[in-house]
Amino acid sequence: MSTAAAHDDHHHHAPKGLKRWLFSTNHKDIGTLYLWFSFAMFMVGGLLAMVIRTELLEPGMQFVDPEFFNQMTTVHGLAMVFGAVMPGFVGLANWMIPLMIGAPDMALPRMNNWSFWILPFAFLILLSSVFMSAFGAGHPSAPNFGWTFYAPLSTEYGPASTDLFILSVHMMGISSIMGAINVIVTVFNLRAPGMTLMKMPLFVWTWLITAFLLIAVMPVLAGAVTMMLTDRHFGTSFFNAAGGGDPVLFQHVFWFFGHPEVYIMILPAFGIVSAIIPTFARKPLFGYASMVYATASIALLSFVVWAHHMFTVGMPLAGTLFFMYMTMLISVPTGVTVFNWVATMWRGSMTFELPMKWAIAFVILFTCGGLSGLMLAITPVDFQYHDTYFVVAHFHYVLVTGAVFSMFAAAYYWLPKWSGVMPNKLLGELHFWSSLISVNLLFFPMHFVGLAGMPRRYADYALQFADYNFWISIGGFWFGLSQLLFLAVCILCALKKGEKAPARSWEGAEGLEWEVPSPAPFHTYDTPPVVK
Amino acid sequence: MQSTLFHRAAVGLISLMFSGMAVASDWTERSNENLRPGVTGVSQEVYDLHTTILWIVTIIGLLVFGLILVSMVRHRRSKNPNPSTFHENVFLEVLWTVVPFVILIAMAVPATRVLIELDDSSKAELTVKVTGHRWKWEYEYLTYQDDNNIGVSYMSNLATPVEQINNPVLAGGLFPYGTAQEAVGSEFPEKDKNYNLEADKPLVLPSGQKVRFLITSADVIHSFWIPDLGGKKDAIPGFVNETWAVVPEGKEGTYYGQCAELCGKNHAFMPIEAEVVSQEEFQTWLAQKKEEAAAAPDLTPFADLDEAMTLGEQTYKGACAVCHGNNGQGGVGLPFAGSDFATNEEHLDEHIDVLVNGRAAMPAFGAQLSPKEIAAVVTYERNAWGNESGDLIQPQDVQDHE
Amino acid sequence: MSDNSLKQRNQRTLRKLLIWAVAMFGFAFAMVPFYDVICDITGLNGKTSTTASTEGPSQVVEDRTVTVEFITQRGEGVNGDFTAATRRVEVHPGEITLVNFFASNPKSSDIITQSIPSVSPGEAARYLHKTQCFCFDQQSLAAGERKEMPMIFYLDPELPRHINTLTLSYTIFDVTERVAATNN
Repeated sequence: MSTAAAHDDHHHHAPKGLKRWLFSTNHKDIGTLYLWFSFAMFMVGGLLAMVIRTELLEPGMQFVDPEFFNQMTTVHGLAMVFGAVMPGFVGLANWMIPLMIGAPDMALPRMNNWSFWILPFAFLILLSSVFMSAFGAGHPSAPNFGWTFYAPLSTEYGPASTDLFILSVHMMGISSIMGAINVIVTVFNLRAPGMTLMKMPLFVWTWLITAFLLIAVMPVLAGAVTMMLTDRHFGTSFFNAAGGGDPVLFQHVFWFFGHPEVYIMILPAFGIVSAIIPTFARKPLFGYASMVYATASIALLSFVVWAHHMFTVGMPLAGTLFFMYMTMLISVPTGVTVFNWVATMWRGSMTFELPMKWAIAFVILFTCGGLSGLMLAITPVDFQYHDTYFVVAHFHYVLVTGAVFSMFAAAYYWLPKWSGVMPNKLLGELHFWSSLISVNLLFFPMHFVGLAGMPRRYADYALQFADYNFWISIGGFWFGLSQLLFLAVCILCALKKGEKAPARSWEGAEGLEWEVPSPAPFHTYDTPPVVK
Repeated sequence: MQSTLFHRAAVGLISLMFSGMAVASDWTERSNENLRPGVTGVSQEVYDLHTTILWIVTIIGLLVFGLILVSMVRHRRSKNPNPSTFHENVFLEVLWTVVPFVILIAMAVPATRVLIELDDSSKAELTVKVTGHRWKWEYEYLTYQDDNNIGVSYMSNLATPVEQINNPVLAGGLFPYGTAQEAVGSEFPEKDKNYNLEADKPLVLPSGQKVRFLITSADVIHSFWIPDLGGKKDAIPGFVNETWAVVPEGKEGTYYGQCAELCGKNHAFMPIEAEVVSQEEFQTWLAQKKEEAAAAPDLTPFADLDEAMTLGEQTYKGACAVCHGNNGQGGVGLPFAGSDFATNEEHLDEHIDVLVNGRAAMPAFGAQLSPKEIAAVVTYERNAWGNESGDLIQPQDVQDHE
Repeated sequence: MSDNSLKQRNQRTLRKLLIWAVAMFGFAFAMVPFYDVICDITGLNGKTSTTASTEGPSQVVEDRTVTVEFITQRGEGVNGDFTAATRRVEVHPGEITLVNFFASNPKSSDIITQSIPSVSPGEAARYLHKTQCFCFDQQSLAAGERKEMPMIFYLDPELPRHINTLTLSYTIFDVTERVAATNN
């Protein structure tokens, strides 16, 4: 049985032109589509954040009115969560999982195509309301109730675009569910002979677990927005006290989705970092089995901690105590994963190419975010932190210096495989250092203003918060601009301008993806490799 | 040499930390970086709990980051060309699972105690009902010791003048900033020290007595939070939540809080101002308020249009501008500037009626404003911004209407 | 493995996962009655029963006095008065007490209202039994009408000893439009 797939080039030409992309059933092309889409949404979400930071540069309302400001915070959150982070990880899954397990493609290639193409339409619907709001529709146009869209603000006071927002969320949910199903079927059924579950790269494991989480909770989100829709238009009273309902029920249903959702947004990052650190430390991953168990425990525990987002709603003591203990507990497996990465580095033989820089930055800064999360878990103190910038600092550390940095790490790591050329070193280094410094200038002071008492989702603030907000905004502009460097890196790779990359693009890299040429041919592993 | 340097650094660092703690625990100082100890027993305990977990978390962080940094230096290829191959160590793995677990239990014990304490709002001397509205707080004094019939309630609006808030740079520009009419010129008056925190009618509370807050909402979810008092509770429409506070004697003063749950446009503009006074002062104040509430409303007519307009403008800015626009241009509420409703005499009766009894989303201000204030506001709306109806509405007209 | 059997395996896994996804969608809706049941059993969200209690109290616990406070709140769009005749009463658990509430409609059209009760602390809710309450049904108020609405209750003799004060709040909502919409 041959392992080389190079001769496949001869009789399977990649289709050309628009049709290639519109009708693709190829995991590499679909992965590419997801990744470019994710980066575009990252820029859009970033632009909205720039509007927020411009307004918050100084106390007072200088640029936008508070109503528009609320639309900015809402759509910024939605675009980043559903448009940048989730599709970005799906793109990485699409590109890398078949390669890593020695499969020719994803198990359900046509469903894969639909999973992607739903997304641009979903976001067209969502973003068009922002466009209309910015350019003249005046009255509240875009959704303005926070990405968490609590009832009754969203059900009874939401603008007309709320119903389109609901449609958009349904579409994104369907896309995610289909993507997750595809991952599970692929991992279960298409592994090369000899690749047992406990031999799979950790990235495949973390994505497998993430896919189960997605199937479990995206339908619950769909349920929540459907209940919202019927409350708004079909006379139901799920969340309406007048009709016998309960606004707090919304929060329970939403966060039952919402908490596993944030683990959906970080587990793939764990997998990425678990691939990169061993490569550049030239040492196997420490504690492979315990990483798998830790990731699975995090996923399971994620279902029983949701109400830590709701400590102030008036839950009885038994409830708050339960959720406090469960939330604290989840830090144990998370700590285990961090210690495993450090132990992988320990007594290794490290070099610090770009992927390793991003991965180490991830480990340090994600831990920072995790530690502030532990502080938030302590209920009586959470009463002082809840709905302040301390929470904003926490989740931006885990999502930006966590998830997003891991995606940059993945990009620098696998771009040679995707494009055939090494990413431009100068631009990459500039991108890294510029992002690293600016991201901390942007998010670290948020801990301070949050503790000092600045609430979140505030268009304006009291004078004592002015100094830090100024620097936070400067950090924000700088971080945003730094991403243009990454765009340049990607464009150069896409145009194949750079040092030619060998099949094993990094010296210590191991795994089936490094056995195929760079760039990976259109079809790979049509005949499965034998795994020992 | 190295150890002396290290020793000096450690001493310096530790004294810095302690000095920081000393400053932060002075309750009159607002920290710009840290939580405040606040003025109640509970807030102090919460602050201590916060300090403890902050220390634990900082030490863990420094330990982990320290190990990473050491490894990056000592185990880089140039310094360690032959990597080890170990990839498991049962003892270590058990250790770093069990030790964090034990630390967590150590944190959970005091946390549980403080939470249980916060849960007990019984035996309060004063009970106040706090209602969140879009976008102001309403305080109703329910019971005080043996008095069941206080009957004092009022709305508390942001007191910062709108000129201090609206500093438009791009009036009528790319981003929607109301309309060009919102532009108040290029002078930016100095902002007060308590910009965005001050309220027109503060919540007055007695020191040394337990106060119970019954919290609800008239529309969407808001959240009642005064950091110096500790504790935060959501205000949920259709439901009542309770929380409590005791500000010890000796800690009288003014404490500010803010709404902590997104509630729409002016979520950032509905502060809480709590004035804690001695028990004697509180009783005097309460007695006075009871009298005012029971007394017949002041119906002395306005001497002239100007008097009505002055009171009207002040009332309008506090209670109406948020929905009807600072220049009567409308927004969530209908516009007045140049509208038929506000100029045509046929609508005068209706105008007063809508204010007193409300209509659709417009609340019934008959319950919130005095007949004099309503008369002034209606007069203002019918004579400002180019409306020249010449109507002068007297308090008696409003009273007759009610 | 042959192409066909792989295809079959894929379809089988796909089917199982799709069923699970649909089941989770159903679970979201199942959470609603589930939430209500949990709240009923534990009184977690402070909601009292929506139907009259038919059995009377088993006994009156003379050696305990509990303070029951009453507060009223107008929901959005309601502009009349809504008050309780008494702010608070001191009762023995098991003792039947009548409290009057008043609601007025200042509008020139009739309205239909629904009052929603809420109890704090939440756990006290299941110990509050009402034999008659205006909150069990919608109450209509004619234009200009002022209505007296009685509520008769007793506290369960089993009310936990650590609860000495409880607050019963009523929020009155205008449901005229909702009723009209359902009737059409």
